[in-house]
Amino acid sequence: MTILRRLVHGVAPRVLWMLVGLLALLLVAPAVLDTYGLSVLILILYFAYVGQAWNIMMGFAGQLSLGHALYAGLGGYVAAGLFTHYGIGPWAGAFAAAAAAALAGAIVGYLGFRFSLAGVYFALLTIAFGEFTRIAFDHLDWFGASGGLFLKVDVAPNPFDLRGGPLLFYYVILALAAGAFLLCRLLLESRLGRYWLAIREDAEAAQAVGVPVLRYKMLAITVSAALTSLAGVWNAFYYNNLFPETAFGMSRSIEITLAPIIGGLGTLFGPVVGAVVLTGLGEVFTSVGDTLGIPGIKQIFYGIALLVIVMYRPAGVWPWLAARFGATERRQ
Amino acid sequence: MTGARLEIAGIGKSFRGLRAVHDVSFAVPAGAIHALIGPNGAGKTTIFNMIAGVYAPDTGSIALDGHVISGLRPDRVCAAGVGRTFQIVKPFKALSVLENVTVGALHRHRELGDARHSAEGILAQLGLYDRRHQLAESLTLPDRKRLEVARALATEPKLLLLDEVMAGLRPTEVDVMVGFLRELNGKTGLTILLIEHVMRAVMALAAEVVVVSYGEKIAEGTPAEISRHQAVLDVYLGEENAA
Repeated sequence: MTILRRLVHGVAPRVLWMLVGLLALLLVAPAVLDTYGLSVLILILYFAYVGQAWNIMMGFAGQLSLGHALYAGLGGYVAAGLFTHYGIGPWAGAFAAAAAAALAGAIVGYLGFRFSLAGVYFALLTIAFGEFTRIAFDHLDWFGASGGLFLKVDVAPNPFDLRGGPLLFYYVILALAAGAFLLCRLLLESRLGRYWLAIREDAEAAQAVGVPVLRYKMLAITVSAALTSLAGVWNAFYYNNLFPETAFGMSRSIEITLAPIIGGLGTLFGPVVGAVVLTGLGEVFTSVGDTLGIPGIKQIFYGIALLVIVMYRPAGVWPWLAARFGATERRQ
Repeated sequence: MTGARLEIAGIGKSFRGLRAVHDVSFAVPAGAIHALIGPNGAGKTTIFNMIAGVYAPDTGSIALDGHVISGLRPDRVCAAGVGRTFQIVKPFKALSVLENVTVGALHRHRELGDARHSAEGILAQLGLYDRRHQLAESLTLPDRKRLEVARALATEPKLLLLDEVMAGLRPTEVDVMVGFLRELNGKTGLTILLIEHVMRAVMALAAEVVVVSYGEKIAEGTPAEISRHQAVLDVYLGEENAA
């Protein structure tokens, strides 16, 4: 009850109803969407979810990670490995995945924060960890090494093993995205979240008013890593294959950061709006590219579009939209 | 909120061989207001940073009500009951004035609602209540100075360290701040140590003044005594009189 009260505290009824309406729409959407429509919606929710997880670190606590593929990749590999070798389902595997990612986050965080690596230097550290984990996985036979790890697909649909069609994955990622949204709202409206914001704004001033800065930064990276790992688990079971090249690759890390940057760092709706914009643009440019028959045109358009958005809406699309429609959430 | 006694015994600090502070001792009794003055670069802020836990002193010790606080991290020093402001103000720029002070209040009030309530009371005392929803970055310098004080007070300290909070204020604003601090001290018995260049404020507030020059204490006494002290006149007030 208190949790529920805290969730809705200070939220305009109009916004609440809009959110409930949106959730209801998303719940019934598969009934009206075709396979293509559903796959696009799945992508949007996936990016909204990982974006939300990454935003905890960058948007809330102000720590730039450009190596979040590390946590998604670890999550995917741990759950897929347990399932492939021991038949342990991903619902249980998710806990192991989250624990592994949280541990990895704690190691990266401790090295970076304890020794006061700030800004780009910390970002370089996160990239380094992602990259050498990728190289390590190229040689770990238990995880299929560079040849890849493949999940069994010729089995009967079983939600408990996350074996099934797009519909199953749609509802799982919807639950994750909605859950992460609510969790982030709760975190922000608590001492923990306020301390993160204070650290983001000025760590020295935060410490002077009693914030144990190292501990709260460590919390940010472990929570963010654990949440990101669940996206990795989902991803592994959705695509049924894992390669170190893609799972831990730099482009995966960058991809994770895009929705919150485009949508609005440090806001709850930013990652969601950013995911809609990015996926929408991606799909449009793919079809344009297909129509024109020019390979690679999608990437060029996509890059230009991102450039334009970042140039003209540096604070993100959501704060601008919110101001236009008179909503009140500004960058927290 | 009651005051605590601050006792500084023979503290020293060097940076890469450069002696910033050497063998400084003084005490501030519980509930008193003392000032720390001296020319630029004398080591005043370094002394503050040692009290606040930013640096551990190389030698000597610092105690609050008999408990040694030197060597503790800044957040632990805050928990021990020391609030401080920064000479170069450090507001949480993208947060509102109220949220800035709320972060300070969260130190003693775990619930966000309670902390906010406490923060509102402090903002009202400092005349910032009407600006509570403004972003901190939109405040003028005098208001930012006030915000520094408000945020430090929100942690409910027993000792308040004020680093040049009068600098940049107009004389009338100085008088308002002086009045506020005196009232706060009178009502709560909070111990205050201030670094200040604005003599008007030092004379009006401080019961005793400690003068440092080149990292060493050169004089200590009431404002009246200090203003007649030859060594002080030479290194500090002399300069100002000549200017």
